[in-house]
Amino acid sequence: MKLKGIKKNNDFRPTFFAFPYLAICIIFVVFPLMLVLFYAFLGPSGVNGFFDANGKFSFELFFNSFTFDNFVTVFTSENLILLLKTIGIALLTTVICLLISYPTALILASKPFNKYLILALLFIIPMWMNFVLRVIALKSLLYMIGIEDGFTATMIGMVYDFLPFMLLPIYTVLMDMDKSYKEASTDLGANNMTTFFKVTLPLSLKGIVSGITMVFMPVFSAYAITGMLGDTNTNVFGGKIDGLFVTPSTWGKGSALSFVLLILVFATMLLGNLFSKRTAGAKAAAQGGAK
Amino acid sequence: MGDDRQMKEQRVFDKIIEVKNVTKIFDDTTVIDDLNLSIRRGQFVTLLGPSGCGKTTLLRMIAGFMAPTSGNIYIEGQDVTAMPPYKRPVNTVFQKYALFPHLNVFNNVAYGLKLKKIPSGEKRTKNGVTVDVTRKFTKAEIAEKVNRALKLVGLDDYGHRDVNSLSGGQQQRVAIARALVCEPKVLLLDEPLGALDLKMRKEMQIELMKMHRELGITFIYVTHDQEEALTMSDVVVVLNDGLIQQIGTPKQVYDEPANAFVADFIGESNVISGTMIKDFCVKFLDTEFVCEDKGFAKNEQVDLVVRPEDIKLYPENSDKGQLAGQVLSTVFKGTWYEMEIEANGYEFTVQSTTEAKVGQKVRLAIEPNGIHIMKKLRTVNEFIGEVTGENWVDFCGGSFEINTFVDGVALEKGTSVKVYVPFDAVELTDDEDDGEIGGNVTRSLYKGNYYQVQIYTDTDEDFYIDTTDEWDNDDRVGIKLNKDKIRLEVIAEDESDEA
Repeated sequence: MKLKGIKKNNDFRPTFFAFPYLAICIIFVVFPLMLVLFYAFLGPSGVNGFFDANGKFSFELFFNSFTFDNFVTVFTSENLILLLKTIGIALLTTVICLLISYPTALILASKPFNKYLILALLFIIPMWMNFVLRVIALKSLLYMIGIEDGFTATMIGMVYDFLPFMLLPIYTVLMDMDKSYKEASTDLGANNMTTFFKVTLPLSLKGIVSGITMVFMPVFSAYAITGMLGDTNTNVFGGKIDGLFVTPSTWGKGSALSFVLLILVFATMLLGNLFSKRTAGAKAAAQGGAK
Repeated sequence: MGDDRQMKEQRVFDKIIEVKNVTKIFDDTTVIDDLNLSIRRGQFVTLLGPSGCGKTTLLRMIAGFMAPTSGNIYIEGQDVTAMPPYKRPVNTVFQKYALFPHLNVFNNVAYGLKLKKIPSGEKRTKNGVTVDVTRKFTKAEIAEKVNRALKLVGLDDYGHRDVNSLSGGQQQRVAIARALVCEPKVLLLDEPLGALDLKMRKEMQIELMKMHRELGITFIYVTHDQEEALTMSDVVVVLNDGLIQQIGTPKQVYDEPANAFVADFIGESNVISGTMIKDFCVKFLDTEFVCEDKGFAKNEQVDLVVRPEDIKLYPENSDKGQLAGQVLSTVFKGTWYEMEIEANGYEFTVQSTTEAKVGQKVRLAIEPNGIHIMKKLRTVNEFIGEVTGENWVDFCGGSFEINTFVDGVALEKGTSVKVYVPFDAVELTDDEDDGEIGGNVTRSLYKGNYYQVQIYTDTDEDFYIDTTDEWDNDDRVGIKLNKDKIRLEVIAEDESDEA
């Protein structure tokens, strides 16, 4: 008997440790997603439509409740414009973040500054504060300098909020980059400009790609900042979904919209992954230095 | 006449690299100290020294990655001190290769060629001025040069390979090809074989020597491996503490070390302290030996080196040999035996093809040409101090009670003085608190009967002492001074102003 027990123990594999995580994943990720999908196919009365006037469950009503109407309403011209606007704001935020972050990261990782981690920390510290608080603070600040709610305020808020997510991966890649690559380049006859474009930039692509993914994806579905700092012109997809979940009769439409948004975000993530995988081998070596 | 001038130019240009009075200071630490060096065209020069001696710093200054704090560097007579690396006619092979990971082997090697501009004749502008026209290499020219370089390092068919898929040795070859393809006037190599295993290192040594012979360009090679330096170089430059200790051929550096440091650093050696009795006669270990050196003062204290292979062993009852000794240990080293033999209190390292058993009594013979005499570097520590009161002097960050009567005159408060502390006035203590000055042991050199120990104090001064105790590097020690043996000398007014 005892022997059997021991034998059983030998079968215990480390993968078992993943089971609690799997359970959490199913309860908090897969199940809600299924719920969203489920609601996306329901009519305006939602689950209440399954029951007859007496409150009794009816199979006929149950099957009749399912509909594609929600998805039909997703692809209206109004929503399409909203989608384009959302993509536009997300792209603009990402580009501005990149344009600010890269030179900043370059400076922070360069000779006299790279000794002071505190400088990089200054850019990161705001992340430790609740973002709603930060946006409220920013709102008062913008009022003080005379910027009203609207497109400009929204963009400032977006960039302010997501800048660290762009800065950090780029800064990390630049800090870890072996300085002998740059030296080798200048040694072989490249001036500083050529060295930057032929060595530093290509070797920091991985940081740029992960920065873009980390900013673009959340910005795409963010609506709190546009809601707090924007006006009617800056309505985004996320805001619309939020509005649809106020009354239960529109939950189905909201779910369908969420689902489309989810697929779009997933598609961009795949694209980013594909790109970083293509250049992964080179970048991994760039960070670790030649062995 | 023309020939004359040409010859003169040739002679001037024969020094391809000149380093003049170069000093480099990092955060208050002097890494290179007023160094002068000229390197002749076509030579294989090795900068050899322990880590931290400044050899890599010197190479990086020649490459242009670092600017000297003061002094100048000339390449072919042209002052390049302020010239950026991409304009210098030198290329570097880096310690960790630094191959670009995002490029394949071919593109790594082609990197420099794609940037290079070559003269393609002259053009007359509208104003009638002739200007040199340059062009870039064509694709075909680049491909030809790259393939030739890859062939030279034995990697003919590796062009399309990812550099990360190569072994260390192959990566090193690509790095060499990448530097050589630019046809530099000087190739700089910064410990290029340090990361390779022994067998690969030996192979690469031979290949590098072959390449040097075939290409005829100047190689400057940095290493801490004395065997590598002796094997490969035409000239060895031994560096320590940012100073050149000796420049010479491998044979000169080995057979005639300039001082105890070089003798100790290069090869196995027995460094012993002795006294010159007269020309051609030196006394050490209470025994007089005939030697080949002269020109020292009578009874001058000297260091001398005896190489392990220059000691001959004879049986105990032989009438040959000057010293009687006893074998302490013996180790077989392949073609010879290495033995530790004690004689008159000194442990000699002896190499011989015939073995003597442990405990066996032997006689040791040293021929005159086996003894090399060197001037002692120093016998007294010198510091700058200040008189702070009657019989009180401040130096090395402490106050000491020292007789301030010099030549019968009491020194005034505030006088700057030179403080001479003889080696035997210094005592080391294990416990830092027992001493008057704290410091770390930076070097311990066995000289027969005693060790010469160098201590780096907290106030950035170097103390040298002779002691019979052995101290380990980086030991934290206290320094105690015997005040009676310390001598003061007033610094002349104008001299102190200068300081």
